[in-house]
Amino acid sequence: MSYIKPAFRHPDLPVNDLGYTKKNYEGAISTLCAGCGHDSISAAIVQAIFELSIAPHQVAKLSGIGCSSKTPTYFLGDSHGFNSVHGRMPSVATGANMANRDMIYVGVSGDGDTASIGMGQFTHAVRRNVNMMYVVENNGCYGLTKGQDSATSDVGSMSKKGEPNPFEAIDLVSVALQLGATFVARSFSGDKEQLIPLIKAAISHQGFAFIDIISPCVTFNNNPGSTKGYEYVRDHLAATGTVDFVPMKEELTTSYQSGTAEEVTLHDGSVVHLYKGDESLDIHNRRSALKLIKDYKAQDKILTGLLYMDADSQDLHETIGTSNKPLRSLTEQDLCPGNKVLQNINDSLR
Amino acid sequence: MNNIQSVNDFVIKFANVNGTGSASANNMFAKAIFRMGLPVSPKNIFPSNIQGLPTWYEVRVNEKGYIGRRGGIDIMVCLNPQSMARDIQEVEPGGYFIYDNTKALDLRLIRNDITFIGLPLTRICLEEYKDARQRQLFKNVIYVGALAALLSIEFDVLTSLVGDQFKGKEKLIAPNIHALELGFQYAKENFDCPCTISIERRDNIGDKILIDGNTACGLGAVYGGATVAGWYPITPSTSVVEGYEKYCKRLRIDPGTGARNFAIVQAEDELAAIGMVIGACWNGARAFTATSGPGISLMSEFLGLAYFAEIPAVLIDVQRAGPSTGMPTRTQQSDVMACAYASHGDTKHVLLFPSTPKDCFDMTAQAFDLAEQLQTPVIMLSDLDLGMNDNISEPLAWDDNYQYQRGKVLSADELENMSERFGRYLDVDGDGIPYRTYPGTHPTKGAFFTRGTSRDEYAVYTEDGSEYVANMERLLKKWETAKDYVPAPEIITAGSGSKIGLIHFGTSMASTLEAVDHLAEEGVMADSCRVKAFPFSQSIEDFIDDHETVFVIEQNRDAQLRSLLVNDCHFAPHELISILCYDGMPITARFIREQVLAHINNDNVTPLRRKKSKQGVLK
Repeated sequence: MSYIKPAFRHPDLPVNDLGYTKKNYEGAISTLCAGCGHDSISAAIVQAIFELSIAPHQVAKLSGIGCSSKTPTYFLGDSHGFNSVHGRMPSVATGANMANRDMIYVGVSGDGDTASIGMGQFTHAVRRNVNMMYVVENNGCYGLTKGQDSATSDVGSMSKKGEPNPFEAIDLVSVALQLGATFVARSFSGDKEQLIPLIKAAISHQGFAFIDIISPCVTFNNNPGSTKGYEYVRDHLAATGTVDFVPMKEELTTSYQSGTAEEVTLHDGSVVHLYKGDESLDIHNRRSALKLIKDYKAQDKILTGLLYMDADSQDLHETIGTSNKPLRSLTEQDLCPGNKVLQNINDSLR
Repeated sequence: MNNIQSVNDFVIKFANVNGTGSASANNMFAKAIFRMGLPVSPKNIFPSNIQGLPTWYEVRVNEKGYIGRRGGIDIMVCLNPQSMARDIQEVEPGGYFIYDNTKALDLRLIRNDITFIGLPLTRICLEEYKDARQRQLFKNVIYVGALAALLSIEFDVLTSLVGDQFKGKEKLIAPNIHALELGFQYAKENFDCPCTISIERRDNIGDKILIDGNTACGLGAVYGGATVAGWYPITPSTSVVEGYEKYCKRLRIDPGTGARNFAIVQAEDELAAIGMVIGACWNGARAFTATSGPGISLMSEFLGLAYFAEIPAVLIDVQRAGPSTGMPTRTQQSDVMACAYASHGDTKHVLLFPSTPKDCFDMTAQAFDLAEQLQTPVIMLSDLDLGMNDNISEPLAWDDNYQYQRGKVLSADELENMSERFGRYLDVDGDGIPYRTYPGTHPTKGAFFTRGTSRDEYAVYTEDGSEYVANMERLLKKWETAKDYVPAPEIITAGSGSKIGLIHFGTSMASTLEAVDHLAEEGVMADSCRVKAFPFSQSIEDFIDDHETVFVIEQNRDAQLRSLLVNDCHFAPHELISILCYDGMPITARFIREQVLAHINNDNVTPLRRKKSKQGVLK
């Protein structure tokens, strides 16, 4: 059962450039477990899109199946949502994007939905560079079926039942980097400061923007020995640096210390500032990111933050040369060549 | 020996090795006959292979206009030593066997009841051409030239076809015409020309065209306003999207900007292909995919989602012989059940059954209307025979005043002026079809959550059994409504109160109607009913009720259309007699006639279960 939230809000809530308050970006009350990392991610998405001043109905939310895939109900209540088939959200999002290139596509998936049943579709959405934000709410287990290990669970990570996972983990960030994803980041549901600007940058990026968000399952995978629990993740977190996102319309007022900050200008003129925590990261170089992930992993650290981006990437529409006008807005006049042309075609078939 | 005597009524078959360029020469042969005003039906019988295996091309010429497969071969043109022994056996007594006699014929293969005509094709090519590929390719053109003499095909027709074929590559015209002349001269000098089988110009084509069903589907998708195609290559459906792309590149590119008013995405598999279609249709575009049996199996889960969440989708299934990989380059009508009930749970899908390329064009365009009006997947069931072979067809036509029927979609203004709460699954009009909204239509009204889980009329998740049942009942009401939307059957009555009815669908049409004529010649009058769609309209039930003996003609083993009739109407299985052909070759009129006669002559005294016959099985 989903609930409808009370409509009452404080009259002095701040408004964004469109005159909307954050209330306009909220969804139904979550039915996930209390303390679930996924709810923090939903809240971060609400905050990011509110701050970006994107009208909620301009966003389409898509998901697969699982706890994570339920969350689009819990944010952006005025957006259309599509809770599709297990592991197949990428194809639905691709089709939706082909129909209307003017909307913003937010895909939410989980580690089971992406790294197992949906691995094929995920990889192909990456290589096509579909213009969307693709978030994996990664808790290392199948929450909705009561806690089985998922493919992102680290080898040796202890389940609630006390059994260590015998299999190597799939690191989705490394996979995405190797497949040519044009925006790759990792974050933690408990790190709002890092997550919100990353979501803003991902939404503003033209192309496939992937964020792997470690999001502990409080019910089935938050036990001692689990490498996806709150305590373990907090203890082993390392960041590439802090990220700030400046929308196109805002002027830059801060000055940055040279050598430590890096600016990336997006296609719409927005700017991503990365204050590097690790000087060795070159966010324009995939190999640099892959090496750094391995280096940190060797030290038992989980590297989070922005890892790679190509601000000038060409999305699927550009690759296949579709019209700038959304395809769904075309009418008979644009689409149907008419009977005279058909009669010429008949003539060529005689 | 009594040679077959025939003008404008014969079957010729070419036996070639695939990958040797024979297809274009054989096409030229068929098209020449078409251009001489004669109905012709070529059938490409090819292997699932690119080079080196036997391939055949069977052409029926019939001035009366019977274009179904006839069965039996009057003239065999054999260029393939691998298949020669079998090819010789296939020729009807009194027929002709034309072969390359550069190498002497194995004397053990000789039959005394057919005429052997040797053409030294390899020798001529060795003398004429230096290049190995040319020697290979022109061999095919030379036998077409020889056939022109043997069957009296107008040489001018062939030369003009060469001109058409090599438009833009004019250098190739003269050598091809030379090759035709080499064959023509050799036959003239060495044999009595024409032989006892020949062609005479008629005017029996009118304004008809020669086109394969898949190209017609692709063109139908262009005219029907499809903008998104997600697809995965699979024989025999591949040329549907290739046809769509070909015509889109010609007709859908903005002349000013070069921008494309279409998006074709080759998917990673069939699951993704249908996922893209559903995503695009959900977002307000017209989208489609094309596949064959194995793809239907893979798409099933998504089809269930589209049925339950009520998302339009258009799927063209070009059927081939199953199950599993089956015979991937042979025809069948064996996906009827898989498509009608695709997916787990209680699902039913709207099906369309085209019989001709014109149907392929019309029904593809119509499928987009139906899918959007009914907010559900529409599956068109073509097959390899219709899809991949050139078929004679009525010319394609489009009514320029026709408007796309986009179904019940609320605009921003309609939402703005709505006082009541928008209910995505609310049956406002009492026809079971609710209203939908496209994403991004209105800032605060009309948004809803699409899901494959149960929900109430306002698209809010629910596990309430009564809400679930109400929704499932509404879907059944919509199914009833669909009966008025889908194309009605085509019933042809013999006009004498016939007690025999033949039910057929798809590519069994031409052979069935020919069989009706042959039966009439023997005093057996039969009415026919062509089923064009599922759900079945009342007139199909009436047809069955009105006839004492009803045959259901199908190209599958399990009598799948009959199963649907039994399931969806009030008939008992024994009321419908199946005529089934499923050897991978198109059903013939001879077979249908034989089966009907066998049944009525035995008058059900002994049940005819699984009686073996030359082609197919009578159950």
